[in-house]
Amino acid sequence: MTRIPFLKNPGVRVMNLSEDLLQIENLTTSFKIAGQYYAAVDDVTLTVKKNEILAIVGESGSGKSALAFSIMGLHTKARIEGKVNYKGQDIVQMSPGMLNKVRGKEMSMIFQDPLAALNPLMIIGSQIEEVLLLHDTTLSKKQRKEKVLDLLAKVGIPRPEHTYHQYPYELSGGMRQRVIIAIAIANGPQLLLADEPTTALDVTIQLQILELLRKLKNDMRAGIILITHDLGVVSEMADRVAVMYAGQIVEIADIYTLTSNPQHPYTRSLFNSIPTVKEVKSRLHVIQGIVPSLKNLPRTGCRFAARTPWIDASAHEDNPQLHEIAPGHFVRCTCYKHFHFPESAEEAGTDGIA
Amino acid sequence: MWKIIVRRLLIMIPQVFLLSILVFLMAKAMPGDALTGMLDPNIDPAAIEAMRERLGLNDPWYIQYWNWISNAVQGDLGQSFNFKMPVTELIGQRLMNTVWLSLVTLVLTYLIAIPLGIISGRFNDTWGDRLITGYTYVGFAAPLFIVALLMLWMFGFYFSWFPTGGSVAPGEVPGTFSYLLSKLYHMLLPALSIALITTVGTVQYLRNEIIDMKQKDFILTARAKGASESRVYNRHILRNSLLPIAAFFGYELTGLIGGTIFVESIFSYPGMGQLFLGSIVIRDFTVVTALVLLYGIATIIGSLLSDIILSIVDPRIRIK
Amino acid sequence: MALLEVRDLQVHFPIRGGLFSRQVGEVKAVDRVNLTIEAGQTYGLVGESGSGKTTTGRAIIGLNQITGGNVLFEGIDLASRGARKQNSVRREVQMIFQDPYSSLNPKKRVLDIISEPLRNFEKQSPQEEKRRVQELLEQVGLSPDNIYKYPHEFSGGQRQRIGIARAIALKPKLIIADEPVSALDVSVQAQVLNFLRDIQKELNLTYLFISHDLGIIRHMCDRIGIMYKGRHVEEGVPKDIFDNPQHIYTKRLIAAIPDIDPLQREERSNFRRSVSEDYEHAYRSYFDGDGLAYPLRSISDTHRVAMPEKG
Repeated sequence: MTRIPFLKNPGVRVMNLSEDLLQIENLTTSFKIAGQYYAAVDDVTLTVKKNEILAIVGESGSGKSALAFSIMGLHTKARIEGKVNYKGQDIVQMSPGMLNKVRGKEMSMIFQDPLAALNPLMIIGSQIEEVLLLHDTTLSKKQRKEKVLDLLAKVGIPRPEHTYHQYPYELSGGMRQRVIIAIAIANGPQLLLADEPTTALDVTIQLQILELLRKLKNDMRAGIILITHDLGVVSEMADRVAVMYAGQIVEIADIYTLTSNPQHPYTRSLFNSIPTVKEVKSRLHVIQGIVPSLKNLPRTGCRFAARTPWIDASAHEDNPQLHEIAPGHFVRCTCYKHFHFPESAEEAGTDGIA
Repeated sequence: MWKIIVRRLLIMIPQVFLLSILVFLMAKAMPGDALTGMLDPNIDPAAIEAMRERLGLNDPWYIQYWNWISNAVQGDLGQSFNFKMPVTELIGQRLMNTVWLSLVTLVLTYLIAIPLGIISGRFNDTWGDRLITGYTYVGFAAPLFIVALLMLWMFGFYFSWFPTGGSVAPGEVPGTFSYLLSKLYHMLLPALSIALITTVGTVQYLRNEIIDMKQKDFILTARAKGASESRVYNRHILRNSLLPIAAFFGYELTGLIGGTIFVESIFSYPGMGQLFLGSIVIRDFTVVTALVLLYGIATIIGSLLSDIILSIVDPRIRIK
Repeated sequence: MALLEVRDLQVHFPIRGGLFSRQVGEVKAVDRVNLTIEAGQTYGLVGESGSGKTTTGRAIIGLNQITGGNVLFEGIDLASRGARKQNSVRREVQMIFQDPYSSLNPKKRVLDIISEPLRNFEKQSPQEEKRRVQELLEQVGLSPDNIYKYPHEFSGGQRQRIGIARAIALKPKLIIADEPVSALDVSVQAQVLNFLRDIQKELNLTYLFISHDLGIIRHMCDRIGIMYKGRHVEEGVPKDIFDNPQHIYTKRLIAAIPDIDPLQREERSNFRRSVSEDYEHAYRSYFDGDGLAYPLRSISDTHRVAMPEKG
């Protein structure tokens, strides 16, 4: 196994605990389907440190967005178990009033679709002012407006005074996402959750938004949870990565380890299935089968086993745990030791067909 | 925005013009004309023919139309043969009664619709919601005239809480406060009958709009900002859901026309609706034609109002 | 002869305004685009939103009205009025849409969805039709038993396969694929891309592949055209575009692609900075007074760039 030599301190445990911003412990978020609860986020334990970008990677149905919504307390109809400790307080147990003091001030969120995330009937200025007003009633109207103009300038909007009076539909996608970011950073939060912040944007705009996020993080020394399905975005941005599959974390590592030495079969398959500009593959790897729906999710054994049928059943653990295979590098289940990509003959017959 | 309003007004001109032609041709197509029934049947047919010629009744239809419409524009809608007075004067007496009835009905409609819609939408799939939705289904299914008759019988005759006819108690002096109260008292029961039925559409619309709005991403943004539940509802969900309701105001107005026609007759309320049904029964065609024209114009104005309100409240339309 | 030759294609959309909604101007969504695709090849059309790539594809298949220019399919001009009416041409060009969720009618069974083009062009008995649909399903890797199911019973990747089955039902020669995998998850995306290449070989298909994802374009295409504001800025084989980009817009686009290797962050960020400085300084020499690209000029056998005439 290769370690990246210049990585300062990859170990999680030796880190000073005071650097931890958020500690998620055994978080399980379940939704009710036909009278029964099914866990979309299943026993997730994670920490986010100050000034760190933690990426959560997974496909749709992996539970990554449900996790983010749980951290923000945005689920209205879910059953949430476990702890989300923020500065010694458990968000899961917080009263709505307390939660509203934290949201928008201490932690805030950036959404995927910037047009849908803005109120279509309110001018941009009022939408940013609202978040200021909610957390600081001492500001005068004039001060608030000045602050909004500052924020708009800070997120790179060329004519703040003009944009202040515009409606969301009058702005381009990139500009809207800047407005969303302005709302998110208005009160100088310690923790930012970005849920697929650039998925809806063009590649050049994506780069601008990612650079803006990185700059803001460095300015504010905030922790960022970046939720995405795009391994390129992860490699550009993340310090650490958690890979999610079917509600569970299957691998956690720092970004250098994860890209150079991925271990879990799912992580390896993901890397092998994306076409990149640099490396021309003759064929992309196809992960067989489909992500099981919430209701049909296997609750015992290795959840990824069904998608690697050529791997012997004995390779999996009965009750897969996260194993720390190197400091700070966790992998779920033992099957990674025996995983290999299928021979073309094995793959040909079942080319990803469910 | 002015452009939209001006353009909308310009569209109205051909609409009204077409409507008037249609109304005129329909009146022409009805059997008989202004002279039928007005004259003694024993008069010499030749004399009648001469009179027809003199009144222009033998001219081609477009000349007759032109005479009719140019008179109408000047406020002369012809003579009612039943009341033996100018139609304009006849309608003028009743117009205000109907306008007031409509206004009271509208106020009642929104007084019922907005709270019910909000409760139903905000607490959807609770018992309260089911009860309200149940009411809207009944409202959709029940014919207005049945409900009106029921109300009249129950609150007018059985309990005698409300007057059963007229628009004001006899002997009241116009201009006094008690005259006004008496008018309102007479209007309440018919207005409530219409409102109870016409409001169900608005209740359901508002309910669906709120449920729809609750799922929108910008509501998540509001919650993520730290807005309390009540603020999320008042500032974001309700505001955005009520705007389309406001825009439907004009259409609501046109919907009332149908309601007043029946209800005025049932409650013997001296408005245009009662006059309309009455005139149809006794074939007072000049009155019927004039009223159809007026109702048509009211409908066109209603939809005009809706378009204008919508363009005012929705920035996406306003700024274009 | 090339299978498809697009010459000076123009698609303009009117802008209406004023009191009477008169036409007050026009958007040149596609502004004199030229491209040639040889049989059996894949041509990739890349650009950001608003570049005109989708409009180009839709104009070729007749979903957008052509304002000017020619679309020669096997020498027949599709832009002329009579040509569209010829069934033979219409059935030989098919389209695969972006969103497998909205492009399939939810109220129709798979049998009806796939057999729709067959019903339009071929008079077959219901039995023959059913057999053909089952064959097609097998061809796209779905069980033939699925013919009586509805779209919602399938996953995203499977739905896109149904869309593909519909597109290949009439044995077309050219398929226009408009962002066929953008709505799909990474693993499903790989499945559909592999599959598109398989049937290309099997059926000798020609693709016009429209995408904003440069990784996918490189993986799939033999020739690539980069579009910006309705015009081509650069065209060439993948090597030309990715290893030797000449136009500043292409350079900027390629520089913006997220890199999969985190060790290169520093290097990338320096490179991007220099490209972005270049972009600001050299903008005037790459675009005309209206900020539009110049006509393409050849700089090698395969490589063409939109640069002004020297001197």
